[in-house]
Amino acid sequence: MTALLKVSNLDVRFDTREGVVKAVNGMDFEIQEGETLAIVGESGAGKSQLVLSFMGLLAENGSVSGEALFRGRDLLRMKPKELNGIRGRHIAMIFQDPMTSLNPFLTIEKQMTEVVRHHQGLRKDEARAHAVEMLRAVRIPDPEERIRQYPHEYSGGMRQRVMIAIGLLCEPELLIADEPSTALDVTVQAQITELMAEIRKETRMSLILITHDLAVVAEAADRIIVMYAGEAVETGSVDDIFYRPQHPYTRGLLASVPRLDRASDDELQAIPGNPPNLLDLPSGCHFRDRCSEATEQCRERPPLWLAEGGRTSRCFLPMEGGEIAARGNDVEEAQ
Amino acid sequence: MNSKVESKSAELSVDDPFAAAFVEQDIRGRSLWVDAWHRLLKNRAAVVSGVIMTIMVLLVVFGPMMLPWEGDFTDWDNTSSPPSLETGHWFGTDAVGRDILVRTLEGGRISLLVGLVATLVSLAIGVTYGAVAGYYGGMTDRVMMRIVDIIYALPFMFFVILLMVVFGRHIVLIFIAIGAVNWLDMARIVRGQTLSLKNTEFVEAARACGVDHQAIIRRHIIPNLLGVVMVYVTLTIPQVILVESFLSFLGLGVQEPMSSWGALVNDGAQDMESAPWTLVFPAAFLTVTLYCFNYIGDGMRDALDPKDRL
Repeated sequence: MTALLKVSNLDVRFDTREGVVKAVNGMDFEIQEGETLAIVGESGAGKSQLVLSFMGLLAENGSVSGEALFRGRDLLRMKPKELNGIRGRHIAMIFQDPMTSLNPFLTIEKQMTEVVRHHQGLRKDEARAHAVEMLRAVRIPDPEERIRQYPHEYSGGMRQRVMIAIGLLCEPELLIADEPSTALDVTVQAQITELMAEIRKETRMSLILITHDLAVVAEAADRIIVMYAGEAVETGSVDDIFYRPQHPYTRGLLASVPRLDRASDDELQAIPGNPPNLLDLPSGCHFRDRCSEATEQCRERPPLWLAEGGRTSRCFLPMEGGEIAARGNDVEEAQ
Repeated sequence: MNSKVESKSAELSVDDPFAAAFVEQDIRGRSLWVDAWHRLLKNRAAVVSGVIMTIMVLLVVFGPMMLPWEGDFTDWDNTSSPPSLETGHWFGTDAVGRDILVRTLEGGRISLLVGLVATLVSLAIGVTYGAVAGYYGGMTDRVMMRIVDIIYALPFMFFVILLMVVFGRHIVLIFIAIGAVNWLDMARIVRGQTLSLKNTEFVEAARACGVDHQAIIRRHIIPNLLGVVMVYVTLTIPQVILVESFLSFLGLGVQEPMSSWGALVNDGAQDMESAPWTLVFPAAFLTVTLYCFNYIGDGMRDALDPKDRL
């Protein structure tokens, strides 16, 4: 089976006054058709920049290198026009904050039909019927009436539903959701997460879910990438990550959120320290300053362990059933 | 549609009065424009100004047709006669016996026309230019805005006098001269707004949907700019009228037999002591118009941005 999207050796750099910010460093991953991939990490780990980079949406001072093959075509080397044909039509994206993701001066109808008319050349009434259908699919009550309203007449949860509906309009093969429920309150969050899961089941599309909320991931994802300082420190299935975490960072993340399957008197453990400065990444393991298991050898770049099912971890700690796929130094030299 | 709404409310009213109340409302969308319009209607100064301006425009356009006098007709029996109902010169006549009322109304046509056309010219150029500079940013922006700075540095009067000398006096030149200067302000304002707009998530969302740059500027940037632009336009019109009056006052504006409020004020000022009515009436029309536009502009600013008001 070939992957729907295969990203290899992707770097994102930002040129700033203070120097070059290394936001994403040598990311490799792929996503299969119908799969849900979650990218987890704290703020500033490079999760959003990773997806923005292959969507061609980086800020002006950003640059990207590497390869991102979508159905065998490299997104990073496409002309803007070609990319416009892919965006929205084949890969759709949902943003974090539904309150600002809709144009306040246009009706919901205009914003929704804009996309389909652009990509599929539908007539106005066809586009409208299609949009109403999509609003119904995301459980907006009374869609024929409400489609004529403006964003400020919708609640936050409803706006995010509209954003999801817009994302789904062209029936994309891949939907990227950048923290889709972060800006919403908890009950609405649950509804949105559930809705996304249902829709995914119905449509069989692939989903990249970016989040820092492990609870969302546990329910919705098939596979997880844990990012730290622009790097994938660990990847694996949901069960692997939750029950057999390898990397100390993943363990730290898991220990810092409350879980029902743990005794309630267990204290939550915060990870000490702050993520490293991306302007000046320390050599060796980026996590070593905050790691409880760091040793002298962590000053060197850790090796990449690879086990069955594409499970990886970048750490000196040996991975059970895994073998070393790349010595840390190989990469260092290649750079 | 009505019957549908009725049946729904009937169904719901039994057990859920809130839902019924909600359904009974017509839930057609209420745009921000409609909201702003309702707020504007509550602003008494703006509404009164709007009514006065409507009357003023009607008077200026149709008034001269109703009056028995032509603007350039000289009534030798009544030169420099004060306002009087008997002679039929309600606003009096000037030194050569021309009717002040007709001349004021005809001058109003020119003044309002200059205000409107020059503003529209500066609107069209300024919005496009500013939106493009702000949206594309980077080098494009820097070059485009430096050009604006350079034109800005040219002394306006010098520019106008030069135009008049080279091309002769013509009313179109006044449009060009004023429009050429006014779009600079508009471009700057629009650019600043665009800079903040292009980083909003709905623009990013539109790009992520594969909408191209031109469509984004047209459908997302410009509608969001309109509020600010409209306020600026209503404040620019009086400014332009004033500039035209100033040019006419200096003798650089419209030429006889055409007239404008500025030219009339200039004429009147010369006979101020012997025939004050030749100054008072055109000046009053000019002042009232300027006040009205300013009130409307203020009202619109408050209506479009209710949070800004204290």
